Amino acid sequence: MAFFLQNVVNALQAGSFYALIALGYSMVYGVLLLFNFAHGDIFMVGAYVGFFVTTGALLLVSTLGLVALPGWVVLVLVILVAMLITAFVGVAVERIGYRPLRQAPRASAAITGLMIGIILETGNLALLGATRLSFPELIQTTTYTVGGVTLTNKRIMIVGVALLLMFALHQFVQRTKWGMAMRAMAYDFGVVPLMGVPLNSIAALTFALGSGLAAAAGILFSVAYPVLNPYMGITVGWKAFVAAIIGGRGSILGAALAGFLLGFIEIFVAVIFASTYRDLIAFSIILLILIFRPHGFFGEAHTSRLRL
Amino acid sequence: MLLSVENLCVSYDKIRALHNFSFHIDEGEIVCIIGANGAGKSTTLRAISRMVPVEAGSKLEFMDHNLLDYAADKVVSQLGISHVPEGRRIFGNMTVMENLKLATFSRKDPDQIERDLGRVFAIFPRLEERKTQKAGTMSGGEQQMLAVGRAFMSGRRIMLLDEPSMGLAPLLMQSMFDALKQINEEGTAILLVEQNARMALKFAQRGYVLETGNLVLEGDSKDLLGNPEVKKAYLGG
Repeated sequence: MAFFLQNVVNALQAGSFYALIALGYSMVYGVLLLFNFAHGDIFMVGAYVGFFVTTGALLLVSTLGLVALPGWVVLVLVILVAMLITAFVGVAVERIGYRPLRQAPRASAAITGLMIGIILETGNLALLGATRLSFPELIQTTTYTVGGVTLTNKRIMIVGVALLLMFALHQFVQRTKWGMAMRAMAYDFGVVPLMGVPLNSIAALTFALGSGLAAAAGILFSVAYPVLNPYMGITVGWKAFVAAIIGGRGSILGAALAGFLLGFIEIFVAVIFASTYRDLIAFSIILLILIFRPHGFFGEAHTSRLRL
Repeated sequence: MLLSVENLCVSYDKIRALHNFSFHIDEGEIVCIIGANGAGKSTTLRAISRMVPVEAGSKLEFMDHNLLDYAADKVVSQLGISHVPEGRRIFGNMTVMENLKLATFSRKDPDQIERDLGRVFAIFPRLEERKTQKAGTMSGGEQQMLAVGRAFMSGRRIMLLDEPSMGLAPLLMQSMFDALKQINEEGTAILLVEQNARMALKFAQRGYVLETGNLVLEGDSKDLLGNPEVKKAYLGG
């Protein structure tokens, strides 16, 4: 039992990363009918932005001789600042890469996304070199054992922050006028300007939200695995993309749940089989899911969708 | 003159949908454009709302503003031109109230928004009864009321209406036109596009007749109603 619960805890952590990233894929698809294939690399950018904000903050504290804030306060501030900065990166990606292609075939936009991803990866490599950076440890690991299950404060924090951000996103989308405009665009893109809603602002906002969440995921990931490299977003990004698809394109709840589902499948496959079989079996299961639910769990077929 | 359109030309993929269409509408007026399917009626409304590109030489002026200087959302939020699109296009995934609220997205006059909301519920009491209901679960007639109510909330100077009678039973159609009359009497000019020519001409003061993108007739509604050609082509003899 303890063994099972231990793996549940591990799965929740893995799922938190996937879910946070999947939300960005899903929101952008829902609002703009576009898969932002650069999104995994935005996760990487978020981790690096977090790294520089943290080192900058620590440097500032030591040179000015300020009273150092507790590590967890710094971490919360770093997450917020990095989310904001990465949100601007996301908006820039939309403005430069996707907006000029709004009327172009969807395949062109998808290729653009892949190109932007490669530019972000290789740009990072060119600027920072091939040395791997190590994310500063802001909070000391404390380990608790509850009924044979090992928990760490970091693990609890990662899952907690992820859930909190998802709840905040849900509230934003359901309760604010901007969230309402996003839902309207997801339902019927073409008619939204007739409501006096500027489409480009809502598109930019969607990218900002998705990129902010990806940055949070990047920092949380770096807290768990503190080594950064320019290609860290690729595998995680593709897996989160798969989660967005099985959740149902455009569905926020679906993306979050499917992110956690993917975490569970991965961890439990590795429990039963050799860990080299992990992705092979996990993705075969997902293939089966898609054969029976091609639109995912919460998605709708978009065939009835109208455009003006 | 509220809205003046001169030499409006619109093409879709090199096929001319509208050819040098000129018309105008005065403050407080009700004007209709009639014609068969594909005559260019909806295209005219979309051109005014800046939802389709127009060709060089087209002049669209609204209260001394050049419409071509405005993006689609600004036509609504800055000039007060509202548009009830063909097929209603309400947001079925959102509640009635959310549909109405979304239409006020760019407005910054909360007191007036409250008053307008009150007016919409006074004109269409059914919408108030259903305000927390998902709009997609309502009947066609109720959805049409919502489409008009939503346009009322988004802008009040002129309302462009694309086939508001489509799919409505005769009794519902009559009450819809009564509601539009009320909205007009409160100062909103109406530009109506209809295939149901008799209904439209009875409702409007003036009318324009389009045939495959060309203006073929214009005049007072009662003259058009009595015109033998209009009778033959659009009023069933």
